[in-house]
Amino acid sequence: MTPAGIEEQKGTPAEKRAAWLLLSPALGAIGLFFAVPLIAALLLSLTDFDIYALADPRNTRFVGAGNYARLLSDPLFWKVLRNTLVFVAVGVPLTLAASLGGALLVHSKLARWRGLFRTIFFAPVVTTLVAVAVVWRYLYHPRYGLINQMLGFVGLPPIDWLGDPAWATVAITLLAVWRSFGYGLVIYVVGLQSIPVSLYEAAQLDGASPWRQLRNITLPLMVPTTLFVGVLTTVGLFQIFAEPYVMTRGGPLYATTSITLLMYQQGFRWWNLGNAAAIAFVLFALIIAATGLQVLVRGRKSA
Amino acid sequence: MVRELVPEFERRHPGITVEVQQIPWTAAHEKLLTAFVGDATPDAAQLGNTWVPEFVSLGALEPLNARVTASIRKDSFPGIWDTNVVDGETWGLPWYVDTRLLFYRTDLVAAAGVPWPPKSWAEWRTAMEGIKRHGGPGKFAILLPIDEWQQPVIFGLQNGAGLLDGAGRHGAFRDPRFKEAMAFYLDLYTSELAPALDLQGIANMYQQLAEGYFAMVITGPWNLGEFRKRMPPEMQDRWATAPLPPPEKGMPHPGLSLAGGSSLVLFRQAKNPEAAWKWLEYLYEPAQQARFYELSGDLPARPSAWKLAGLADDPRAVAFLDQLGSVAPTPKVPEWEQIATRVAECAEQVMRGGRDLDEALAALDADVDRILEKRRWMLDRAAEEGK
Repeated sequence: MTPAGIEEQKGTPAEKRAAWLLLSPALGAIGLFFAVPLIAALLLSLTDFDIYALADPRNTRFVGAGNYARLLSDPLFWKVLRNTLVFVAVGVPLTLAASLGGALLVHSKLARWRGLFRTIFFAPVVTTLVAVAVVWRYLYHPRYGLINQMLGFVGLPPIDWLGDPAWATVAITLLAVWRSFGYGLVIYVVGLQSIPVSLYEAAQLDGASPWRQLRNITLPLMVPTTLFVGVLTTVGLFQIFAEPYVMTRGGPLYATTSITLLMYQQGFRWWNLGNAAAIAFVLFALIIAATGLQVLVRGRKSA
Repeated sequence: MVRELVPEFERRHPGITVEVQQIPWTAAHEKLLTAFVGDATPDAAQLGNTWVPEFVSLGALEPLNARVTASIRKDSFPGIWDTNVVDGETWGLPWYVDTRLLFYRTDLVAAAGVPWPPKSWAEWRTAMEGIKRHGGPGKFAILLPIDEWQQPVIFGLQNGAGLLDGAGRHGAFRDPRFKEAMAFYLDLYTSELAPALDLQGIANMYQQLAEGYFAMVITGPWNLGEFRKRMPPEMQDRWATAPLPPPEKGMPHPGLSLAGGSSLVLFRQAKNPEAAWKWLEYLYEPAQQARFYELSGDLPARPSAWKLAGLADDPRAVAFLDQLGSVAPTPKVPEWEQIATRVAECAEQVMRGGRDLDEALAALDADVDRILEKRRWMLDRAAEEGK
């Protein structure tokens, strides 16, 4: 994938100066609004800056890696990390499958009312989560909820979706998938539209079944799109916040607390800003690692 | 709503104009903190009385001992007044009050034929068992949201537990008095007298009480108005309020509840402290408190204002008046709110996670000690410097 044919642009010193001059406003903005806060947050994560420090800066102690050490020795952090990994590990494949499935349906020539389905699938992405949460809380309600009534209909016992720590993680993941798969679907539809129709026509002449066409044409050609949607979804799910925040406030028993929610609680509920900054950096490292891993794996496969 | 009280004040004090800024209660704490950091605090404000210790430790408030006269101090609820006192100094005037007690269905209690109102935990429990028996399967005696810290803390305070040690340096939840209270509380779930629901799991408390899913709930004065509004018409003469029972017969009745509410404070950075104090004194007058009750439904902080507002004739409000004579503040450390959530989590761990109570309380104390580490460091440093 190296951009072949593009040689390094060489310019005169005057041109270089002009280039720097033209770039400087953008670089300045990046420096001011990205690099400076990043460095400030890094320094913050090395102190115990909290509400007492707001009163008097003398109340700040430099703790070195203390926040990080405390985080790593805190069982709550590991629980929250595990929750987040579950959100990602379960949510990403589900989202990809739902997005691709929906895209195939919407794209299919056999399907009717394609525009309607596209709207229905995309609606959750643009609906306010607070409104969505009210409806989903009712769907999940142990006594009145539609889901439990349907379970009862097929003879299954009711589940306390948001009250039982074991199920709450699942319930929040399902909500997150439902809410975000429409976005991936739109990207997949664009990807499907870019596949030349001639490939399918040739395959049909060779007598390939629709299933073989899917396996041997559509899926291989969707790999780059899948990588793109996968990275987006992974980054999104690592930062999952609004769903547990409005549905469960992170409960029961922290079963749905994500890293971002923990960071929010530490920072803006308890004002332990040093601690919150440390959590932010751990999350940052995790996302970089996960994204790098995905690109690496897919890159090796396609090579 | 305070705006309605401004014209009368400005008429009395021609030189002073009052500018009122309203902020939603949920955003108030954060907004005032930010204002403090940004050096933009108002001259005076209304604070939740549990926030007072936090703002005191920030050095944001003006001490009021020199201004508070005997006539101001008189005619207040002592437990509520106490929430405004930190280290012997007064930092706020009570503005309105809030506490928790029992709301219950009179017909369900009567139908169960249990002695009422209960005089001790044991009588109360017996009454709950009777109600549960009468209600049958799928019905409960009491609603206690499992993620609310208020109930276990109330029972602990009633039983004489200090929650923290004297100086607020360490947690004291392993205290047998707290353990006993916690055991009483948790047993209400295990005996299925209370449903194992958290706040999110309660779809509509008013409807559930109306259909008899449970017969009582521990809640606060805002529900006096809500019950009138949201309970169906045929239920309107079938609910009442009662103060909380103490742990043992013969102990002072009612048992303790929380001294909640809101306070009027003066900020240290006030530009017009004298004028602001006049405004606070005015708001604290019984007549203004009574008017504010009529405007907002918030219960007045001065007993004499209750008579003015006609609350002394409303039996449902009188239970609150009774309860307010027996309220205690939560520990006055800025970290209290954080500690309180841990108390609820501790109860939840035993109830839902099957953890052993002793073990959970020991873990709670360890957690609380970690939260208070900074406070200990600061107290030690202050002592060091004081030498």
